[in-house]
Amino acid sequence: MPEIEIDGQVTQFADGANIMEVAEQLGVYIPHFCYHKKLSIAASCRACLVQVAGANKPVPACATPATNGMKVFTHSPLAAQAQQGVMEFLLINHPLDCPICDQGGECQLQDLAVGYGKGASRFQEEKRVVVHKDPGPLISMQEMNRCIHCTRCVRFGQEIAGIMELGMVNRNMHAEITTFLGRSIDSELSGNMIDLCPVGALTSKPFRFAARNWELSRLPSISPHDSVGANLTVQTLGQRVMRVLPRENEAVNECWISDRDRFSYEGLNSPERLTRPQIRIDGELREVEWNVALDYVAHGLRDIRDNFGADEIAALAAPWSTVEELHLLQKVVRGLGSGNVDFRPRRSDFATKGVPAGARWLGMRIAELNELDAALVVGSFVRKDVPLFTHRLRQAATHNWGRISLISLGDDDPLMDLHQHVVVSPSQLPMALARVVKAAALQCRAPMPAGLEAVVPDIESEEIAASLRVRGKCMIFLGRVAVQHPHAVQLHVLAQQLADITGARVGFIGDSGNGVGGYLSGALPSARNARTMFAEPRRAYVLLNVEPELDCHNAQLAMQALRQAELRVVLSPFVSDTMREYADVLLPVAPFTETSGTFVNCEGRVQSFKGVVRPLGESRPAWKVLRVLGNLLDLPGFEFTSSEEVRDAVLPPASLRDGQFATGLDNSIRLPIDPTALVPAKDVGGRVLERIADVPIYFADPLVRRAPALQKTRDAEPPSARMSAATLAEAGLVAGAPVRLRQASAHGVGEAVLTAVIDDGVPAGCVRVSTGHPGTAALGDMFGPISVEAA
Amino acid sequence: MAILGSINPILTAGLDGDRTWRLADYVARGGYTALRRVLGERIPPNEIIAEVKKSVLRGRGGAGFPTGLKWSFMPRTLPGDKYLVCNSDEGEPGTFKDRDLLRYNPHAVIEGMVIAGYAIGATRGYNYIHGEIWELYQRFEEAIAEARAAGFVGQNILGSDHSFELYAHHGYGAYICGEETALLESIEGKKGQPRFKPPFPASFGLYGQPTTINNTETLASVPFIMNMGGDAYLAAGKPGNGGPKLFSVSGHVNRPGNYELPMGTPFATLLEMAGGVRGGRKLKAVIPGGVSAPVVPGDVMMEATLDYDGVSKAGSMLGSGAVIVMDETTCMVKALERLAFFYHEESCGQCTPCREGTGWLYKIIHRIENGRGRPEDLDLLGSLPGNISGRTICAFGDAAAAPVQSFLKHFRDEFAYHIEHGRCLVPVEVQRAGSSFFTAPAEG
Amino acid sequence: MLTPESLARIDREIAKYPEGQRQSAVMSALAIAQEEKGFLAHETIEYVAHYLGMKPIAALEVATFYNMYDLKPVGRHKLTVCTNLPCMLSGGVHALEYLQEKLGIGLDETTPDGKYTLKQGECMGACGDAPVLLVNNRRMCCKMTPEAIDAMLAELT
Repeated sequence: MPEIEIDGQVTQFADGANIMEVAEQLGVYIPHFCYHKKLSIAASCRACLVQVAGANKPVPACATPATNGMKVFTHSPLAAQAQQGVMEFLLINHPLDCPICDQGGECQLQDLAVGYGKGASRFQEEKRVVVHKDPGPLISMQEMNRCIHCTRCVRFGQEIAGIMELGMVNRNMHAEITTFLGRSIDSELSGNMIDLCPVGALTSKPFRFAARNWELSRLPSISPHDSVGANLTVQTLGQRVMRVLPRENEAVNECWISDRDRFSYEGLNSPERLTRPQIRIDGELREVEWNVALDYVAHGLRDIRDNFGADEIAALAAPWSTVEELHLLQKVVRGLGSGNVDFRPRRSDFATKGVPAGARWLGMRIAELNELDAALVVGSFVRKDVPLFTHRLRQAATHNWGRISLISLGDDDPLMDLHQHVVVSPSQLPMALARVVKAAALQCRAPMPAGLEAVVPDIESEEIAASLRVRGKCMIFLGRVAVQHPHAVQLHVLAQQLADITGARVGFIGDSGNGVGGYLSGALPSARNARTMFAEPRRAYVLLNVEPELDCHNAQLAMQALRQAELRVVLSPFVSDTMREYADVLLPVAPFTETSGTFVNCEGRVQSFKGVVRPLGESRPAWKVLRVLGNLLDLPGFEFTSSEEVRDAVLPPASLRDGQFATGLDNSIRLPIDPTALVPAKDVGGRVLERIADVPIYFADPLVRRAPALQKTRDAEPPSARMSAATLAEAGLVAGAPVRLRQASAHGVGEAVLTAVIDDGVPAGCVRVSTGHPGTAALGDMFGPISVEAA
Repeated sequence: MAILGSINPILTAGLDGDRTWRLADYVARGGYTALRRVLGERIPPNEIIAEVKKSVLRGRGGAGFPTGLKWSFMPRTLPGDKYLVCNSDEGEPGTFKDRDLLRYNPHAVIEGMVIAGYAIGATRGYNYIHGEIWELYQRFEEAIAEARAAGFVGQNILGSDHSFELYAHHGYGAYICGEETALLESIEGKKGQPRFKPPFPASFGLYGQPTTINNTETLASVPFIMNMGGDAYLAAGKPGNGGPKLFSVSGHVNRPGNYELPMGTPFATLLEMAGGVRGGRKLKAVIPGGVSAPVVPGDVMMEATLDYDGVSKAGSMLGSGAVIVMDETTCMVKALERLAFFYHEESCGQCTPCREGTGWLYKIIHRIENGRGRPEDLDLLGSLPGNISGRTICAFGDAAAAPVQSFLKHFRDEFAYHIEHGRCLVPVEVQRAGSSFFTAPAEG
Repeated sequence: MLTPESLARIDREIAKYPEGQRQSAVMSALAIAQEEKGFLAHETIEYVAHYLGMKPIAALEVATFYNMYDLKPVGRHKLTVCTNLPCMLSGGVHALEYLQEKLGIGLDETTPDGKYTLKQGECMGACGDAPVLLVNNRRMCCKMTPEAIDAMLAELT
């Protein structure tokens, strides 16, 4: 291996490394601003100038390749003079307003000015004035005078977020960072630019002037919002979460987090936080002591069981509950003698009545995503569903020439070069995948799976099939839509067939923080699942962390069932008006920041965390509440004294696992293709359309729905009825006018009145109506028939 | 006609007709014979490169890098697209030679590009033309069309298996695009911000493909080298400095314009050909290679010869051969103020020292020129350029620093006078007399 | 947004570049759009960006980097006078002053009748013909004298 000497220390280095990287390995700090290990090299700030023996001028360490025998001096007079010269230039137009700057205390410029700057300035001229900008509710650009033009934010947009929203306009000293026409920054990864900004030019709007960095405690945590399980640093002041930052973990989230991970903390302090137990007495919810509330629940559940049978009890949890919570919930339900428990409220088609082969997971490690040679993503609004998964796919497409294809229900741009993008209606999704299966079988001369007789491949499916046949890492990913689809099982079966034929593997992207952990925790039905527990109404429901009107596949069905029930026990950190209408018992439980627990992310990584603040008011960790409930019900096996004990009862200890990874992950499915799922495209349109329900990123769970800044973003605009111009016209509707939407279920009809919007990315015969929002909570199946008429 | 004189001309020989830019006229002057011979005799590309090396043709854009050597860096046998780019983004104040080549001899540029493309294995070329000379951009497009129609450009040129597509691309007002990697960025449809090197364009150039960038005059010389042979071309200049060179003379002379001279011609000869100093006034200073070259006091310059080494000995650079003549009516503070403004205005804004430093320099010199100088300004002007020069991605930082350093070195007294007295050492009415605006120049 | 003629010209420019490199035509496309519209409104820049498959901010970067683009309305005749050193030595500054006085406007201003806008330019690569000025980015006027400027103004309608 070649050798280099830096400040007298000799070390070996890998071919292609630059001086900066080698110095970092050696622990030699070289000042820098524009350099960032995850971004392309700009070499423009010039702060990292160092001396190299034999070179007549200083060279930038970030851009100069290390060479064998090179001698580098980072502190020689030439290097020091160059670094000081650059510092002087950086500071002449900088306002030096550190006392009122939010970045104070965590500012690279401030730190380096102390280390490399001079005490007084020779600059006697007027400073540059840069007009402030307003790029939306998340990032503050109020003090652009502070910008030092490192362009990290611009490069982040181009290279990581996949969308250039910020640019540096003008030239010379008038160059400035701006959005086009003052538009908002809408990237779901935008907050990372705040971290990247080495000065106080881009700061967090929600955090602005809230606290000084040095006043805050920094505590590790795990994001509950999506299946990546981003590692977080939560900063607290006293018992309040003040800010959330990424905690670097190269294998999981690298140094990034999504805006949802970053800004959802505002919801923790929502006025809708439930802080005291309440029970319904004479029709009114009244605050009571915990023991009263839990006695009430225990008695209520016992009564139902004793009088009507345990099968009248059902429990539904959200997949952002912890492993411990889910495990104890199913243990209570099963202890009572019921098999009606599930953690998959947005699913509608369930593999079998029994337990699936294993936990449905990504099928590979997250870090391997970057190395994909080809992937087919089936049924996902992939950019907004799991931002950091999509970021890695983007890197695979850009840097690994991976051929990424997408079969989806809309032309939403995933911000990457797609090999193929097939947009179909929900009913055509199985057929679209079946075409690829058939094309692959024909190309590979493999035995043709039964059930594909009527399927005819087209050019797109042939291209996709061919891409998956290359030697290397090839995956078929089933996204949120595929899992929530009325033919979810058949989509899985088709993906499995395609994998068997091409040699690719099947993976599930997952949609929330503990999707895999849910399977492992045992919170799976042995009787009624998340749909049938509502389709066949029960007398008692226990709800954990879930708002059925927003989080269920068929909100209408769920709410009808709840309304007729006799006992409705809600364990939730939040209370809503809807909840107050139906709940008989409200038990305030802790969100992820106030409890210890475990999430298992999509790659099976077991990530335990501790609470970073005490539970708010009288709320308690749900695992403790369920444990006490188990005790009150005299159920066996509820002797846990810590969440770790619960976890260890569920997941084998790390020593018996693959390091940090869970066992029992299995995506296999062995069922035949059902040709009835492969319906030919029908003549569509008229007044009865297919509904396409996306789950908008900031409507996806109770916490993010209550985060004010995120709710002001464009992604949080209230739902509308989006249709292609042709579909709109055929239904006799007018763009911009209100439209009445109706969906029926077994027990009635629900409707919503939304604005009709033209969106030619919506397949013909479909209307896109988001779920997760009160405005559409009365509607039914996410992908079911829906009637439209002018309102 | 702005080519006003020559000694043993090669590039500008025969350009006294009135439609010399037409294909027929060029062919009548012997044009495209070199290309016919190269393709007809299938001269191996490495022999062409050897011939150019032998000629010691050095890049005429200002850096003076040996052209043959540059061509040899191209991985010509590597599969994939390779590009040849002609740099006609002539915006270095004082330089206007390429404009005349495009105006009077565009087909020499085209022929040179087709031969160069063949030599380096490029099948596509662009000529990046300064946005302000729009009429010549249009003329060049017409010339390409003529050449294409005659089979000199396009697929299977003259029936050979060499194909070369050629297009014109115009700039739109950015001096920095004369820097070769900024120019590539500009062709790619971006801001003209220079790239850090390495990688060099020969491995990662236009659209990330191997690319060679040559100046207009350099490429226009290629057919002549092929016709007369490298040795003869070298002999037309002086050892290490092959061939003749176009010198653009501007400023206080009676006959500003382009002159084609053998390398090594004394400056005094050029000044005489240009009609001497306007109004018979005294020569004060000369910038011999475009404004990025250090200024040289008149008496020193009168002793210098015009070649890379000769000008270097006089303390400056031959650069693009742009000779700016300043007589005794010139206020050196005002002159430097204008140059400082230029560098401030044209800085791409990428590198900290250049973005911030050029603005700072201008503000200081502007204050001095306007009677608001401070005693400490001279020290500041003395030390700031050193913090810009050699500290930036491209040579623009060096170029911005050099005039300040050289003006201060040779004319420090004038700056000190300005600071002390708040006005010019050269009275305003004297300065006004130097201008030709009110009295048309001697030669029209 | 742009006339078919302008779009046809832009298409010809796009054809100069390899497949997938439409962005390369942005400079000429913006120049063509400016020729048609008189100046580059943000809407025009966005239209051009979309036509070429670029992000609007990337096109804005280009439009603000090169100084022959006008992002604000200008008069019918934009006169850009070079005042860089070689032109200055031959009276470029005097030419600019002459025009300011004659038109009664300052630098970067437009005459009340909307006829002329006055700009200061950087080197146009024509120093041998100093002082020079550029009319509407297209026509170069050389060796300016008071008489030559008067004649030029008389010619512009």
